[in-house]
Amino acid sequence: MDAIVAEGLRKRYGEVQALDGVGFSVRQGEIFGLLGPNGAGKSTTIRVLATLTVPDEGRALVAGHDVVHEPNAVRRAFGYVPQDSGVDRNATGRENLLLQGRIQGMRGRPLRSRADRLLELVGIADAADRIVLHYSGGMKRRLDIALGLVHEPRVLYLDEPTTGLDPEVRASMWEEVRRLAEQEHLTILLTTHYLEEADALAQRVAIVSRGTVVVEGRPEELKRRLEGDAVQLELADRDLAAARAVLERAGAREEALLEGRTLVARVDNGGHALPGLLAALDAAGVAVASVAVSRPSLDDVYLHYTGRDFETEDRAGT
Amino acid sequence: MTAVATHTWFMIGRQIRNLLRQPIWIAMLLIQPMVWLILYGQLFSRVPQLRAGAGSYVEFLAPGVVVMNAFFSATWSGMSMIEDLDRSVIDRFLATPVSRVSIVLSQIVRTGLTAVIQAAVILLVGLGLGVRVHAGALGWLTVFVAAALLAAAFGGVSHGLALILRREESMIGVANFVGLPLMFLSSILIAQRTMPHWMEVASRFNPVNWGVIAARNAVVVGGDWGSTGAHLGYLLAVTAATAAFATWALRRYQRTI
Repeated sequence: MDAIVAEGLRKRYGEVQALDGVGFSVRQGEIFGLLGPNGAGKSTTIRVLATLTVPDEGRALVAGHDVVHEPNAVRRAFGYVPQDSGVDRNATGRENLLLQGRIQGMRGRPLRSRADRLLELVGIADAADRIVLHYSGGMKRRLDIALGLVHEPRVLYLDEPTTGLDPEVRASMWEEVRRLAEQEHLTILLTTHYLEEADALAQRVAIVSRGTVVVEGRPEELKRRLEGDAVQLELADRDLAAARAVLERAGAREEALLEGRTLVARVDNGGHALPGLLAALDAAGVAVASVAVSRPSLDDVYLHYTGRDFETEDRAGT
Repeated sequence: MTAVATHTWFMIGRQIRNLLRQPIWIAMLLIQPMVWLILYGQLFSRVPQLRAGAGSYVEFLAPGVVVMNAFFSATWSGMSMIEDLDRSVIDRFLATPVSRVSIVLSQIVRTGLTAVIQAAVILLVGLGLGVRVHAGALGWLTVFVAAALLAAAFGGVSHGLALILRREESMIGVANFVGLPLMFLSSILIAQRTMPHWMEVASRFNPVNWGVIAARNAVVVGGDWGSTGAHLGYLLAVTAATAAFATWALRRYQRTI
């Protein structure tokens, strides 16, 4: 049985169609990434799965329970680490954990020892009895995760787990997430707008764009499907027709046109093909302002499936 | 039902603990009522017709200040809900099986409890200034119940509005707009029969004034239990209504997120 199944989720806020038929499934025990730029609908998807938002249409099951019809069964099955920390800043780390455990139905000694173990596990045992106000960003994030885990859920949602953290802290969080997944036998659903985070952490990803899943699969597999390297040609003049003719003769497959003047194309073995390509462009009288060759990345996967540049969309969505 | 009670208890524990961690809050809780009592007590003590047969103006004023404090603290109590909303604490709670009612009920009960503590402080200071509670022990209890109910009633309004407005600026606007008129349309500071006629009529429909009447019956009159019971009954009905409003506002919030 899949740990999470989402089918055709739709949600509209006024004029904005936040979810436009999101569907994917997460297998038991895997780390699954919802990858997409800001505003793509990742957080709304998580909020539906966390029973916070009721979808207009569609259906979602978590650990076999329907999020709309059996919300309390679902709430016992998942732990939720929201994008903005939901910790009580005027309480200590331990007090936060104990309250969270109590409202999840835990009591007494089992709860206290679970809290001790979690504080140890996420590495904030020394600060357990300090007021959260005095925690660093990384410590607060670790406490967030501990709060999500207190009732020993089978599924953990991490909404943008490393946004706002320093790069070094981010790398150590990735390490931590992998370790937790293993030690606590968790299924993890994470959202991220960092391509490298999805690449580093997720065993499978669904790329989300404008409220739908455009493609789902293992990161390597998605990259492999692109076949060939990306060549980006920024043209000095907007001499598109001539440039396209040259590319076609060289066997390059055009993928997208960015900002009206940058052609992106797939070429087998790009490094090798480049000198010939440039010579041919020169011979055809096409002036090239800059050129770049890159191995396939999830960035390219995004571009390939949506026809839009990830970075540009990400900035537009904030 | 037991889940509502236990969850409410846990939530109240959290709120009280957080309040007790703020020394300024405790200081204001204790000092502010004394300031009102001494300031207004001095200001109006030379105007004998204001106190309507009480032994002294301070004695007349003390139950009024109890009610005023309960009312004002309750009007502002929703600010803590806005902070919890802003910091996603409410969303974290909503993603657990916690009883929905307990989230607002705990805030309302906490507002009532705070008002009782303040009422005790005011009456104790009042004793030092020569106030006598003429209805005795039952009178003290009446004052506490009046303060608790009035605070709970306006706590419900304040938390309901907080869940609807979700912005501190809007809350400040509404609290100011409602707070002062309701205070002056009551007999907190002056006897009801010294008011202009239309204000006296309006004051009969003012829940703040119901609290004043019950508390003043207990302290100054030392009886009139029929009127006291009736006014406490009205307050209980208002409290039930505003608690329902706050719960509705939480459900509305859930639908809009």
